[in-house]
Amino acid sequence: MMLIDCPYCGPRAELEFSCGGESHIARPANPEATSDGEWADYIFMRKNPKGLHYERWNHARGCRRWFNVARDTVTHRISKTYKMGEPQP
Amino acid sequence: MKARYSIFSLARNARSYHENWTEAWRSPEPRPAYDVVIVGGGGHGLATAYYLAKEHGITNVAVIDKGWLGGGNTGRNTTVVRSNYLWDESAHLYEHSLKLWERLSQDLNFNVMFSQRGLLSLAHNQHELRELSRRINSNRLNDIDSEFLNAAEVQAFCPVLDCRPNARHPVLGASLQRRGGVARHDAVAWGYARAADDRGIDIIQNCEVTGFRIEEGRIRGIETTRGSIGAGKVGCVAAGHSSVLAKMAGLRFPIESHPLQALVSEPIKPVLHTVVMSSAVHVYVSQSDKGELVMGAGIDGYSSYAQTGSPPVVENLLNALIELFPSFARLRVLRTWGGIVDVCPDASPIISKTPIEGLYFNCGWGTGGFKATPGSGWVFAHTIAQDRPHKLNEPFALDRFTNGYLIDEHGAAGVAH
Repeated sequence: MMLIDCPYCGPRAELEFSCGGESHIARPANPEATSDGEWADYIFMRKNPKGLHYERWNHARGCRRWFNVARDTVTHRISKTYKMGEPQP
Repeated sequence: MKARYSIFSLARNARSYHENWTEAWRSPEPRPAYDVVIVGGGGHGLATAYYLAKEHGITNVAVIDKGWLGGGNTGRNTTVVRSNYLWDESAHLYEHSLKLWERLSQDLNFNVMFSQRGLLSLAHNQHELRELSRRINSNRLNDIDSEFLNAAEVQAFCPVLDCRPNARHPVLGASLQRRGGVARHDAVAWGYARAADDRGIDIIQNCEVTGFRIEEGRIRGIETTRGSIGAGKVGCVAAGHSSVLAKMAGLRFPIESHPLQALVSEPIKPVLHTVVMSSAVHVYVSQSDKGELVMGAGIDGYSSYAQTGSPPVVENLLNALIELFPSFARLRVLRTWGGIVDVCPDASPIISKTPIEGLYFNCGWGTGGFKATPGSGWVFAHTIAQDRPHKLNEPFALDRFTNGYLIDEHGAAGVAH
């Protein structure tokens, strides 16, 4: 089980969190001019890397705030947690 | 031509103390080039190779796997087979598969121990009851056997289940697919491997793909840890690692890899003669022929390639299990394990051509690929051989994520994840 360092509350057990999937996905800036293919890419397509992954987590059973986690998908080791809006390390 | 397995070959080999059985398949060195290379030596990949040879006469084929044959999800699932899916597209595909299961042992000359012991899907509240009835009706319209049992009938069919009205998870009714059941998962891989090998197909183990050779939008071959292999066509059936392969080919897929866990109890005498599943509280249990209770847990919410999951997911399953089956409470868990499943947003597979000519993908089976093994291989072989999908897998193309024609089996298929 993972120990996740919430940027607001500090380290807590994985049980308190829920994972929201890949982070840093920008919504198309101009929806009218966005093609079906671009929408599909935004909504459905994912990097799903084997290795370092940047993802969103929610401290659902704590402060309820969203933040980012840089985590390895093979070792589950978390290299960094950082607040929403902060740049990808 | 391999010697057939039969009661006579068993008797003959018994006389020599079973010391003269011949190998079930060869372990050849890769040839410089093949007509078709299948990446992924699990059930689906081996089935694809087998049907390429059997249905389409293509035998210059190699199946390559980065590990051992059937060492991934084929050997890690809970072996359940059923076809009672809600939507027509899925129902047709899984029912085609179930029909292949029904004669698979004879077809492969390998006992896959397919046991049609029936499959119960429980409903614990009024909403589930209505959804269950809808699915039963939908199944029947698709010529799939499915029947409704009320609480008393469920109790009579499965006495070990706690159907008392004051139970923690009261059973209000259930659907029963009598043709559903279980099969021996390893035997499926071995049976397909032996039958494919018999038709001249090379099975190359411990050979990992490191890249694709693509020229002018067409596949020419693959790079592997055992050298470069030329290929006219390449079919990828790599389950949890599909995104890794897709990235090598410069493609993006709507897939996330998640850990899915399963576990078995210590072996006990026969107590559960059917498969019981409950999507509301997430229980999935049957008893193996060895006597172990085989249980399937849910997926972890985060993506992973670690082939291990979190203990709380197993705890959730066990909590619900002992409420439904109080007599199981004192059993000990013998072992738990995890596999990496490739989950699609609509919980339906992708069996499709790709923008690269001659490159095909069969993935996204998520938590329920084992039951589809024969059907999946059958339609994928057709797709590769004819360079166009069969009618059965046409709806499962990659472009459904662009045109919006999703086949949303989340919940509809009767699984919670």
